[in-house]
Amino acid sequence: MSVFEILVSAFRGVTANKLRSILTLLGVMIGVASVILLLAVGNGSAQEVKNAISSLGANTITVRASGMGGGGGGEESTAASTEKVITTAVSDQLASAGLGHVASVVPQVSTSLTVSSTSVSSDSVSIIGTTPGYFDVGTTGVGTGEAFTAADVTTSSKVAVIGQTLATTLFPTGSALGEPVTIDGTPFTVVGVLENQSSTGATDANSVVIAPITRIQKSFTGFGAVSTLSIEATDSESVDAAEGEIEIMLNQLLGQTADDESYSISNQSSLLETQEESADSFTVLLGVVAAISLLVGGIGVTNVMLVSVTERTKEIGIRKALGATRGAILGQFLAEAATLTLLGGALGVIAALIGANYEIYGTQPVVLDYSIPLALGVSVAIGVFFGVYPAARAAAMRPIQALRAI
Amino acid sequence: MSLVLELDAIEQVYGSGEAAVHALRGIDLAVEAGDYVAIMGPSGSGKSTLMNLLGCLDIASHGTYSLAGHNVASLTENELAKVRNEEIGFIFQSFNLIARMSALANVELPLIYGRVARGERRTRALAALDSVGLAARSGHEPQELSGGQQQRVAIARALVTNPTLILADEPTGNLDNESTDDILGLFDTLAAEGKTIVIITHEDHVAARAHRVITVSDGLIVGDRVNARPAAAQAVLA
Repeated sequence: MSVFEILVSAFRGVTANKLRSILTLLGVMIGVASVILLLAVGNGSAQEVKNAISSLGANTITVRASGMGGGGGGEESTAASTEKVITTAVSDQLASAGLGHVASVVPQVSTSLTVSSTSVSSDSVSIIGTTPGYFDVGTTGVGTGEAFTAADVTTSSKVAVIGQTLATTLFPTGSALGEPVTIDGTPFTVVGVLENQSSTGATDANSVVIAPITRIQKSFTGFGAVSTLSIEATDSESVDAAEGEIEIMLNQLLGQTADDESYSISNQSSLLETQEESADSFTVLLGVVAAISLLVGGIGVTNVMLVSVTERTKEIGIRKALGATRGAILGQFLAEAATLTLLGGALGVIAALIGANYEIYGTQPVVLDYSIPLALGVSVAIGVFFGVYPAARAAAMRPIQALRAI
Repeated sequence: MSLVLELDAIEQVYGSGEAAVHALRGIDLAVEAGDYVAIMGPSGSGKSTLMNLLGCLDIASHGTYSLAGHNVASLTENELAKVRNEEIGFIFQSFNLIARMSALANVELPLIYGRVARGERRTRALAALDSVGLAARSGHEPQELSGGQQQRVAIARALVTNPTLILADEPTGNLDNESTDDILGLFDTLAAEGKTIVIITHEDHVAARAHRVITVSDGLIVGDRVNARPAAAQAVLA
């Protein structure tokens, strides 16, 4: 008997009692679909975290001035505290200190202001003043137009690169390039529009204005402290080493010790790695829950196969009288159980692939390549495993007793 | 003539101790190739037990049974299955066709277990169905066939392996008179072709067609006579 004939005959056995087979099949289908889909959801959320990491730039270290209000130093205006402020001068010193693992240092000042074109205005837009290096650190690239240059920084040019959302808000009908915008009354010229940025927080990363740091300081924030330093390590392996170097150097420059640091230094990727790990364990947890439902489906297979064996005792007797060996009967019932679960598994895969097109709790499921053959393989294995007992019972029947059944 | 089967002091006991039931109490029987034997007896006489032993569906408690040269008692379970497959063609009272399988598929079944290749299987199964006059019905499932037709399919299934022994258990018990004549006619033809047939029955008119009639009672053979003029032959003469 060829494999094909075994499958055909098993399929016939499965379709002999359609309703029962369909119900059993449904159990396996739900199990397989939930395994694939829940793994996909877990994977999808892990993927989102990974995307967030890469959009932040895995090599990036961020130094934030602590205790800094939006406007400036506030009540701490003693001589000692002003010394401890990170300024563009400190940033330049850091950049030129020849630190082995540091590729670049990009200072940023930020504020939030109203930006308007001739016709439309947008409130509370995040304004970042920085150097051209900003566009190389991380993944904030310029999509159309150009970034401003180092010369623009030196001359405090009134030029700006704006985010995509802001560009379409301010210039709904045409290109923003070359158009004038006013930021809190100061006129700027748009020289570039950013690539689409994935938003990782509550704010829209596409609603932003990036301009030369000197201009922003001159017009809005003043020449005091910068809010952030983005430091790029030479490669992702050197992030921790670079962080150490920066910390020592900064403490020297600011004349403080590790205990009274006036800034916080963080390495985004290590933070997100933790998130990724938790997303992975979330995936495992979902997989386990789904596997339980597959197990329940498998028990359904045992049940229906036991009923089938009982019902077909006479047939088993006839087959044995005609010369079927124990192995032949065992094989027949195992093939039927496997066919049942394989069909259920295939339908489950289809259901899961359809379901994966939809967002589930805000997460776009990403089907793991291996989960499909895995779930199918497991469903067949479950068919065989849970079919063994009923099939063995059928195979062990003595022909005369089996024949005597009604 | 060579012996197809030989039973020597066969006893069959079910249960043990005081509850033991002696279904067969010492049967000696030899059947030659080409013989057409009817085994008769009332219910409870042990003829069904005898049929199960002859068909290798059960093993005797005592005594030896050899079928086509095999000592049945010494065979393993798989060897017994092989003997049933190759040496015996079963015909049952209730036809015992497998539902939802075409007549052709039913007839092919013993060949599948005998590991005959697909092409040859189909040819032989069609030939067997043709020999019982049902070639045109090969695609029908049992429930679409009359009782007589179902029994013809069962006979085709018994013949398809070209067995040493055709073993029929009350083959006409579930049939009307017309179908009974039909089936018995088929047995006559098979006997005329030289097939060895053992038919278990309690009906005289069935036994009357056989060449040799053995009567079983209370687990023992109580009669063994040769039918000088089998009913089929008489019909031809008349």
